[in-house]
Formats: sequence, C-alpha cells, structure tokens
Amino acid sequence: MKLTVNGDTLTLDGTTIADLVTQLNLAGRRLAVEVNRDIVPKSQHDDFTLNDGDVVEIVHAIGGG
Amino acid sequence: MSDLLTIAGNTYSSRLLIGTGKYKDFEETREAIETSGAEIVTVAIRRTNIGQNADEPNLLDFINPDKYTILPNTAGCFSAEDAVRCCKLARELLDGHDLVKLEVLGDQKTLYPNITHTLRAARELIDDGFKVMVYTNDDPIVAKELEDMGCVAVMPLGSLIGSGLGILNPHSIRLILEEANVPIIVDAGVGTASDAALAMEMGCDGVLLNSAVAHAQKPVLMASAMRKAIEAGREAFLAGRMPRKAYASASSPLDGISR
Repeated sequence: MKLTVNGDTLTLDGTTIADLVTQLNLAGRRLAVEVNRDIVPKSQHDDFTLNDGDVVEIVHAIGGG
Repeated sequence: MSDLLTIAGNTYSSRLLIGTGKYKDFEETREAIETSGAEIVTVAIRRTNIGQNADEPNLLDFINPDKYTILPNTAGCFSAEDAVRCCKLARELLDGHDLVKLEVLGDQKTLYPNITHTLRAARELIDDGFKVMVYTNDDPIVAKELEDMGCVAVMPLGSLIGSGLGILNPHSIRLILEEANVPIIVDAGVGTASDAALAMEMGCDGVLLNSAVAHAQKPVLMASAMRKAIEAGREAFLAGRMPRKAYASASSPLDGISR
C-alpha cells in the first residue's frame, strides 16, 4: 500500500505500524507515531492496521532550547 | 543548605534549566549538561529522518531520561494547534510524561511569543492534564493570567531567544516576581554568567538557557560558569544585599588612628 510518511510517499510491504517501523529500520527506537493526525500509542503498534493513503508522522526527540 | 526548587510537586536542587540545541555533537551536549548540574533538560520534537542512517545516534541515548527530567518544548510552533499537537506527541514519546514547556512563537525575526495563542494552548493543555511551564513576554498581567490559569511555572524572556542581550527590563521581571505564587524562570536572552546571576539576585526561581552555553567558545567551561553564577546569585538573593547609598561609608573605624 502507498502511505505518506513524514511528507514523503512510501510503499509499505506489510500492514501494521510495527511493519512500517521495521521497514524503516527504526525498530527499538524511542518514537511517537500519528496516523491521520491521531496518536497511536506504542502498545498498539503491533496491531494497528494501516490503510492505503494514510498519512503517518513519526517523531523523535532532538536537541532544542 | 536545603533550598530546593519545586515545580509541579517535584523538587530540584539545581535552579539551572538547560537546552540541548546547537551543540557540536551529542558528546559535547552530554558533557556540557553534566557540568552545568542541571536536572531539567529541554528537547525538541521533530520528524524522524526516514530511509537512511539506521545507526544515527539518538539524543536520548546521551541524555538519559532516568537521570534527567526531560522537558519537551514546542519551539518552532507558531499556532496554538501546532503546540498542542506537539505536546501530545511528546507525551506519547516519553511514555506519558506530562511536564512540557509551552512556547508559541509570533514571528521568525523576533521569535517573540504570540500571547493570544499561548493563552489558548495553555488552557487546552491544562484541561488535558498537562503540567505547563510557559514561555511568555515580560508582561506582569499576562504572567499573572498564566499563573491563574494553572501553569506550573511562568517563564518570561530576559530578551529575545538566542540574542544574548541579557535581562533588558529587570523592572518588569521584578513586577512579575512581586505577584507570583508559582516559580518564575527567566527563559531566553541570557548571554553570559552575570546575566544569570542577575536574574537569581533579583529573586527569580531559576534560569533556562541554551545558546549562552552552546554558542560559547568553550561550551563546557561556560556550563560550569553558569552553574556557579546561578548558585552565587541565589545565595546573594537569600543573603539580602546591602542598601545602595549615594556616599561613602568607611569599612574601617575612623577613630583611633595614630597621629
């Protein structure tokens, strides 16, 4: 399926958020994920099924003041 | 001496809050923050780079959330909506951590706070259970309104973010302090140690800074200077300074001089 992830178009081979995170080599990282502007808690990443056209945001902490 | 800073029921022995932006690398960030003695450390929330560099280091590998109170900030947000969204992402990212620094900016040139959006975002965040430390201007009326609303700390600017101009209007900060019942933390504008000491001598509860350390020629040494300035300023405030006089007053007795 085709997704928009952090503004870029991406083809996901699997179906869940966990699949997406793994495909992006981000497994095990401290992240927060939004799908279509709703936060999906970490505890649901394994089960949350994405749909074609979903807009996903993945964020993390960086240096800031 | 037991003199603790209390924010939202948690106590801290350091009154220096420090940012993690603009350092050369994470190792310098870690060393500067450790040297500063700060216990509350701000971070920004941004999109993760995707598609490359799986081994890219992560800030939170260097600044351990078990050791420091991580204070996610909404820097870069120019609307109440964006700031609230950012705080919710931060809470998810940090496993339910609800202490945030709210900062809603007005324009790129000044990074001055947009107060109408700040008030709106503060209201929404407090209603959602967040503990809000709020960046604001040095207006005593706005500061009081933010306190009354339930913000856990009010953080007026000393001068513009990243300007290093120091505390340009100490009289306004003093007016804020006179009426405050929550910690008042000078946030932004500190350029060097004496600026931080001045804030503390005036009776501020703490100082939040980033550029003054990160952009010093030797950041780790400046972190050490800031730690001492904050401690010295705090002790001077607690000691109570002598009154200012227009004329001299001799320190040695004038009587009994051999003639």
